[in-house]
Amino acid sequence: MNEPAAAALVAKDFKSDYKPIWCPGCGDYSVLSSITKALAILELRPENVAVVSGIGCSSRIPAYTTCYGFHGVHGRSLAAATGLKVARPDITVLVASGDGDGYSIGGNHFLHACRRNVDLTYIVMDNHVYGMTKGQASPTTEPDWDSKLAPGGSGVREFHPLVIALASGANFVARAFSGDPNGTAAILVEAVRHPGFSFVEILSPCVTFRPDQRSWKERAHPAPVAPTDDPARAARRIMTDDGFNIGVLYKGNRKPYRGSVPATGTVAGLGRRFELRGG
Amino acid sequence: MAKKAYADFMAQAYTMELEATERYAQFAEQLDTHNNREVADMFRKLSQIEALHAKRILEEMGWPSLPALPAAFAWDEGEGPESAPLDAIHYLMQPYHALQLALQCEQRAQKHFERIAGSRAPKKVRAAAAEMAGEEREHVRLIEAWLARVPQPTADWDEDPDPPRMSE
Repeated sequence: MNEPAAAALVAKDFKSDYKPIWCPGCGDYSVLSSITKALAILELRPENVAVVSGIGCSSRIPAYTTCYGFHGVHGRSLAAATGLKVARPDITVLVASGDGDGYSIGGNHFLHACRRNVDLTYIVMDNHVYGMTKGQASPTTEPDWDSKLAPGGSGVREFHPLVIALASGANFVARAFSGDPNGTAAILVEAVRHPGFSFVEILSPCVTFRPDQRSWKERAHPAPVAPTDDPARAARRIMTDDGFNIGVLYKGNRKPYRGSVPATGTVAGLGRRFELRGG
Repeated sequence: MAKKAYADFMAQAYTMELEATERYAQFAEQLDTHNNREVADMFRKLSQIEALHAKRILEEMGWPSLPALPAAFAWDEGEGPESAPLDAIHYLMQPYHALQLALQCEQRAQKHFERIAGSRAPKKVRAAAAEMAGEEREHVRLIEAWLARVPQPTADWDEDPDPPRMSE
């Protein structure tokens, strides 16, 4: 006899009972909502999804979902997620990070995750500041952003994550804005469906330490052109846009890396491979 | 054709109410975290009210109680007209501020439906939009009356000598 079909899930089925403790008005609330909407649209089930993160405000997300979660070491979310996806290719793996965790502490992992092209969706909530530790300049902070911790600005040129992702081999590059939760959900759906390493940079204002980012809602606008599969063209567009072009910007055709280790059938079987032997 | 336009319109109206429900619930959670229970409870109440509106649309259309997500709509402003902006809250806000936010949402919703009622949409859609605009007008009136009953905040309502987050 066939099993009865499972009822379709809605966004709230992917949201746990833990109350987020972000600051009121934080863009990350909206990103959480977009992630749960996207998972419902994709008709996935929580037990078939893992959300992996590092450290920072954005990295709290796994606990706020009903999916499997791994709140890992600072900057190392992509390493953990890569291992998970290679060992369990049947699971949909989302990786959540921020501009500090993802581009500074985890910067090197970012480059090599793009290069490896494992089938992951990397969601970076970029607010151009270290919010959790009270407002230090991050890799994407503008050099002239004046603050108590960097009077007159850091003077250091900002990192350009989308171009770096493209140059490093990411197979899908998009920019989203937390002020458009439905649009962000649609981009995440596309990112998950696209094979290989999908990088989604979400502009997510930190209203506490960057109140100036409230103006992002006036600045964000849909990308005027359709995504391209030509990395050179995508790079030129991204390098010359105003930083607020929202949409899928690049969709490549590289074959994802699936690993060469055969999947182990059971947890016990996997454990046996790590047994210490000898006298 | 007109039947589909009507179903699409009702799905859009349902989505709008659902998004407003979710936003108020988000606000309630955020203020719970900051122990601002009075305003958190108010947002919870507003969320419940919007949920009732959403439920009524489902009942009217005979749609199942837990439908698949309605077709995605691209709102002009990124979010539905009845959703309060995510960054519109403050951890020290008072009931007056919450009701002001709700008032603005209801006014936007009213304008949204009035625009459709006055458009070239099929007759059945225009009639439904006019009815909903009327309902939103009534909500505006109710919230204005509610607002008149709560104290207005003093000028220093957001002053906090020891804020939870500040650059050091």
